[in-house]
Amino acid sequence: MAGAAQEEDKKLFDSGAASTLVGELRDAFASGATRGYRWRESQLRGLLKMTDDHEQDIVAALRSDLGKPEPESVLYEVAMVRNACKLALKELQHWMMPEKVKTSLTTFPSSAEIVSEPLGVVLIISAWNYPYLLSLDPVVGAIAAGNAVVLKPSELAPATSALIAKLVGEYMDSSSIRVVEGAVAEATALLEQKWDKIFYTGNGRVGRIVMAAAAKHLTPVVLELGGKSPVVVDSGVNLQIASRRIIVGKWGCNNGQACVSPDYIITTRDLAPKLVDALKNELEMFYGKNPLESKDLSRIVNSNHFNRLTKLMDEDKVSDKVVYGGERDPTKLQIAPTILLDVPRNCLIMNEEIFGPLLPILTVDKVEESFDIINSGGKPLAAYIFTNDKKLKEHFVKNVSAGGLVVNDTTVHVAVHTLPFGGVGQSGMGAYHGKFSFDAFSHKKAVVYRSFMGDAAMRYPPYTNGKLRLMKALLGGSILDILRAIFRRS
Amino acid sequence: MSGVEESLAELRQAFKSGQTRSVSWRKSQLRAIIDLVQDNEENIFRALYQDLGKHPVECYRDEVGVVLKSAKYSLSFLEKWMAPKKGRLPLLFFPTSGEVMPEPLGVVLIFASWNFPLTLALDPLIGAISAGNTAVLKPSELTPACSSFLADTIPRYLDCRTIKVISGGADVGGRLLQQKWDKIFFTGSPRGGRIVMSAAAKHLTPVTLELGGKCPAILDTLSSPSDITIAVKRIVGGKWGPCGGQACIGIDYLLVERKFASTLIDLLKLTIKKFYGEEPQNSKNMCKIINKAHFERLRNLLEDPAVAASIVHGGSLHEKELFIEPSILLDPPLDAEIMTEEIFGPVLPIITLSNIQESIEFINSRPKPLAIYAFTKKDSFKRQIVSETSSGSVTFNDTMVQFLCDDLPFGGVGQSGFGRFHGKYSFDAFSHEKAVMTRGFFPEIEPRYPPWNGFKLRFIRLAYDFDYLGLLLLMLGLKR
Repeated sequence: MAGAAQEEDKKLFDSGAASTLVGELRDAFASGATRGYRWRESQLRGLLKMTDDHEQDIVAALRSDLGKPEPESVLYEVAMVRNACKLALKELQHWMMPEKVKTSLTTFPSSAEIVSEPLGVVLIISAWNYPYLLSLDPVVGAIAAGNAVVLKPSELAPATSALIAKLVGEYMDSSSIRVVEGAVAEATALLEQKWDKIFYTGNGRVGRIVMAAAAKHLTPVVLELGGKSPVVVDSGVNLQIASRRIIVGKWGCNNGQACVSPDYIITTRDLAPKLVDALKNELEMFYGKNPLESKDLSRIVNSNHFNRLTKLMDEDKVSDKVVYGGERDPTKLQIAPTILLDVPRNCLIMNEEIFGPLLPILTVDKVEESFDIINSGGKPLAAYIFTNDKKLKEHFVKNVSAGGLVVNDTTVHVAVHTLPFGGVGQSGMGAYHGKFSFDAFSHKKAVVYRSFMGDAAMRYPPYTNGKLRLMKALLGGSILDILRAIFRRS
Repeated sequence: MSGVEESLAELRQAFKSGQTRSVSWRKSQLRAIIDLVQDNEENIFRALYQDLGKHPVECYRDEVGVVLKSAKYSLSFLEKWMAPKKGRLPLLFFPTSGEVMPEPLGVVLIFASWNFPLTLALDPLIGAISAGNTAVLKPSELTPACSSFLADTIPRYLDCRTIKVISGGADVGGRLLQQKWDKIFFTGSPRGGRIVMSAAAKHLTPVTLELGGKCPAILDTLSSPSDITIAVKRIVGGKWGPCGGQACIGIDYLLVERKFASTLIDLLKLTIKKFYGEEPQNSKNMCKIINKAHFERLRNLLEDPAVAASIVHGGSLHEKELFIEPSILLDPPLDAEIMTEEIFGPVLPIITLSNIQESIEFINSRPKPLAIYAFTKKDSFKRQIVSETSSGSVTFNDTMVQFLCDDLPFGGVGQSGFGRFHGKYSFDAFSHEKAVMTRGFFPEIEPRYPPWNGFKLRFIRLAYDFDYLGLLLLMLGLKR
């Protein structure tokens, strides 16, 4: 059996195979199987059970792919998927209910509602950095909304990808939910097909490819991209707490390989040395004197990324700016938490998303200048500020555009299901989490119920001036005008 | 047309200055739109007559009135829409506040379409302004009178440093699409939609595509004669009323039971005569075809021999006036172009079925339409239509009225487009919903931080389940 399955795997997944797959799922969707509450509920339960039963396998796969510490895996991947399932199970009936809306006087008598309906067959392409969460969190939304789903996990996290493919086959309805493993060739074959929605997590370069492919079939997309998420640190804050919250969002999130991780810090020239000291202290508390030995840090995903990151560090005008860390071990693909002070703005590290354990600090004379720096680049997925100054906070919230903002902490907004999670501008489009996930995979259908009464002759030709007057009054919505128009007509 | 880059740079600068974010700017621009429309009602009627032969009553019903209503509606709700919405947060994060704050996207591009040249230009613009964006509006070159009306009056009424009209044909459209926008709102054909979205992909620009499709009307066999009369009036109104059938939510074809067809055709003929007289081409109550190319397109659809044989009413073409008589076809072949392409003209095919239930399968075997209309008194059939078909909207026992409900989202699905507008949905279409979370520095939850150990892992598990009792016991050392 296992041999046969392997044989199957070896067959090339080309566009013919992709087309057959989509055809099967279209039939399954057309049968209506996925629309009912029962199916959605059973699949959410299946996903929850799969996550509960195999927590240790998931942790092991993540360790193998990324050297991810267990608490990080439990906190950010297992628990987040479980919570998404549980919330969807609790709220699903409520989400599925049509929403009654008011109708205007113009169409009286009538009633209207907005019905959430599944889009059809959807494609989810996920990323390697949180390979379990970013694969299955969107799946929760897709099945809650009643869609058939194809999931392509990232080939750069092979152990997790294989685990997901195996478990989804065992725990979920394979007539409507499928996993396709693979890399560029498989993704390309999938993208040639017509989907009813494509949900992509990854980088802007591939995001463009996905959206261009979607354009051919007029398929709506959600693009969850990244960007350089800044942290502004103002004077007068508790630097120890600020440092810890920056560290846990940077190195404590997959060693900086997270789309919402702080990318760089902006602070004032005066504060910078104190902040660097605080960061150093806390880093040592967390990861010891020799961080390359620490079991509490993820490694770099592969040698390509390792080389990319070392190139950023080793650039001429940057290498002498390292004030902490810088150690690396190419054999184990490890890079220690590294802080760089006062890097020039025209270097590589300040012009691409770092996505790794390097943290440059820019200094400014006045903290307000940081807003111009942030706004001069592409809009980031997240932006953070540490301040006790209410005015500055308001200024930041009003003038900095990003997917999400957090004041006095980092990355925690991701765990709050009442907040939409998604980017703007270069950091993507569309949002998910909680009810927003359900909405991302639903079409909001407007439904109007009219009776045969209340037919107004003014709607129909032959047109007259009297009809024009009455229409003006009606569209204006004022009862008095309507009466006036009726009397003038007679 | 080197002006495109300069205009865009000016708009970016204006957006950066922050002036479009204020309530007062938004309100003043919305009021300016109301003034523009009210002051120039006669000019609008004249331009629409010139471009499309649209009767003033129709102009008011489908354009002037709609824009006024929409602008007034936005004015009265603007502050409410702009207010951040609180998000509930778990106790674990105490003391923390979370909110969703709408913010303008930046510089947006609006492509209007020719069939409702005023509404489809100004209604999206109302959304863009309400949300605090700067905007470029490109009217359709196929309605030159309306296009130049907009290009002349908008700079006189609205703030010309933040709202610009750029007119022109496909070359200008292409140039505009090369630029980087923060949102593109397009109304038009699926072909145009693909071009717009492909261009937008290069800059990762989100798009709203308002397309069309073949909108069916299902007419169940009604028993009450008065219901039938009203249904037929509403069908005639929904087919030939809006822009002579050149409307994205107009009825494209009609599904009825075979036994009901002849009664229906008689009634349709009678109603058409009542509405448009013996000589519809002289009645001035129906729009002409937009241009020669579309006239020829429709002529080709009708001149297919199998289609021509199915004409049971009308079918005469007046080339000089670009007018096509209201025409009815009975069971044209389903593989003829008239049944595979969106008709977008005054021709109504009637497709007969042995049982009206078959209409669901008929609709589902075709691309998703922008609207479905169904005339029926059976609740079970209504439920079936809503749950088993997919379309932008469903309207029971009437046509077009869904367009007038400010609280309903207007937009397509599948081939009929994506994204939605009208009322609050227009505001949302041009806004980014920014998540904002504010925390205090205390209390600190120690187990958030490495170095990791068993206690911290247990803590995290409980915290994620929001098991506060468990957390308390763990902290007190009473639980392991």
